[in-house]
Amino acid sequence: MSAVTAPAEVARTRSPLRVLAWVRRHLLDAYALLALGYLFLPIAIVIAFSFNNPLGRFNYTWQGFTFHNWAHPLDYPGLSGALRVSIEIALLSSLIATVLGTLIALALVRYRFRGSSTTNLLIFVPMTTPEIVMGTSLLTLFLNWRIPQGFGTILIAHVAFNISYVVVTVRARLVGFDRHLEEAAMDLGANEVVTFFRVTLPLIAPGILAASLLAFALSIDDFVITYFNAGTTTTFPLFVWGSARVAVPPQINVVGTAIFLVAVGGMLVNVVWQNRRARLSA
Amino acid sequence: MAWLLLFFVVPMVYLAKMSLEQGFFPLFTFSWAWSNFSDAVSAYRPQFVRSIEYAGIATAVALAISYPLAYWIAFRGGRWKNLFLLLVIAPFFVTYLIRTLAWETILSDNGVVVGLLRDVHILGADGRLLATSAAVIAGITYNFLPFMVLPLYVSLEQVDPRLIEAASDLYANRVVSFARVTLPLSLPGVFAGVLLTFIPAAGDFINAQLLGTPRQYMIGNVIQSQFLSLRNYPTAAALSFVLMGSILVLVMIFARSLGTDRLTGAGA
Repeated sequence: MSAVTAPAEVARTRSPLRVLAWVRRHLLDAYALLALGYLFLPIAIVIAFSFNNPLGRFNYTWQGFTFHNWAHPLDYPGLSGALRVSIEIALLSSLIATVLGTLIALALVRYRFRGSSTTNLLIFVPMTTPEIVMGTSLLTLFLNWRIPQGFGTILIAHVAFNISYVVVTVRARLVGFDRHLEEAAMDLGANEVVTFFRVTLPLIAPGILAASLLAFALSIDDFVITYFNAGTTTTFPLFVWGSARVAVPPQINVVGTAIFLVAVGGMLVNVVWQNRRARLSA
Repeated sequence: MAWLLLFFVVPMVYLAKMSLEQGFFPLFTFSWAWSNFSDAVSAYRPQFVRSIEYAGIATAVALAISYPLAYWIAFRGGRWKNLFLLLVIAPFFVTYLIRTLAWETILSDNGVVVGLLRDVHILGADGRLLATSAAVIAGITYNFLPFMVLPLYVSLEQVDPRLIEAASDLYANRVVSFARVTLPLSLPGVFAGVLLTFIPAAGDFINAQLLGTPRQYMIGNVIQSQFLSLRNYPTAAALSFVLMGSILVLVMIFARSLGTDRLTGAGA
């Protein structure tokens, strides 16, 4: 690239120009590092304040260092219940969305059926609709059908917005799929069911796994849609919202940090593993 | 499939019906009350304008922050591209609300940032950051940043470096080769990123609620309070529709101005 030819020219010019060129060359690096810093500033605050020992009900100013919050992460009324609801909903909704979404993706890629282009459109529309519109429309539906809001409605709502992401992720994997492998299995005497479970499913499994993880992450973090359809049930984000008005216990930061560390840890392992595999195969 | 139909299309129809109803909670009757729309729009025009304005500024700032970052990761990241991408996504595994509360801490009146700005007299002695438009816009920008970085990265990553080399072989300097080769090739990413940032930003109400005051409230705040506190469902439903409609119109204008056929031809 052009950046490679620059140093040779610079070496021959006078030093002020050299400084200028050095600055110019590293301007982008500095900018990128600043941007990454901006991204991480609030996270650093969240982590730091999980060790705070707040005097009042609000955890806004630094009072002193303590391990107490980490030793008693759920020691705040309502927190553990909200967290349990969040995890249950995330597990169930990502499971349902993954199964249904995978089937939709298979149908869309494999068959041309009447309404398949409408389906394609329908998959994308929820992703481009503001969350608040989706939340309010689901709420009107539940009101009209007189379905009491609670765990069930949250679950339905979560599947409703997760499923699009699952379809898109799984479909991306299916598009690069070699159908000759299935034909080979059939030629070797496997019936359709066996072929599906022994050939198709293992091959698209990484896509399905990625989709279910994405659905889980989206579900556990969702606030807006849940907020409209929760009734009196409280999930972790709703708990944070409710407490933000009265008191912000540092336990919230502890739980937030813990979720963050688990997610990032998992992704780090994945990146390192892929890097190693890429190097081994190279 | 039936699920999508049941829980996306049907609710939309109900929302549409609700937006044309009249009456007070809990009795609403359907009456083609188009006036809901005009009333809602005229009553909450400031919040509408503010939503579009805040979302627009936030999207522009996010683009300015993200493009160089995505460029840097795509062209200078080398073997560690995936790690840098992970770093971009990582902050978003902290729950949305907690992130926004962290901004509340950072921008708070006795926080470091306000103190520094007061010391260098950018802010007056009693100047504030929290509860200003700037705080709300900053919060929105931050919260939707990965939606901008990721599509930009994907499109920049696909730019063949040999094309840029070819441009410099043909005597284009770095600025020209960027403007004539890299930038046009990354436009699909810009398009996707702007949409993915602008759409949720325009409907957001959390940042305005936590980082602003009622004077910074956006249309999302209005919809939320009409729906959940005032239980004025028809107005709230009408507002939701106007929000979605205006976003659609803006998106179409934006697509036209960038040249849709070129974009779809290039593929995202």
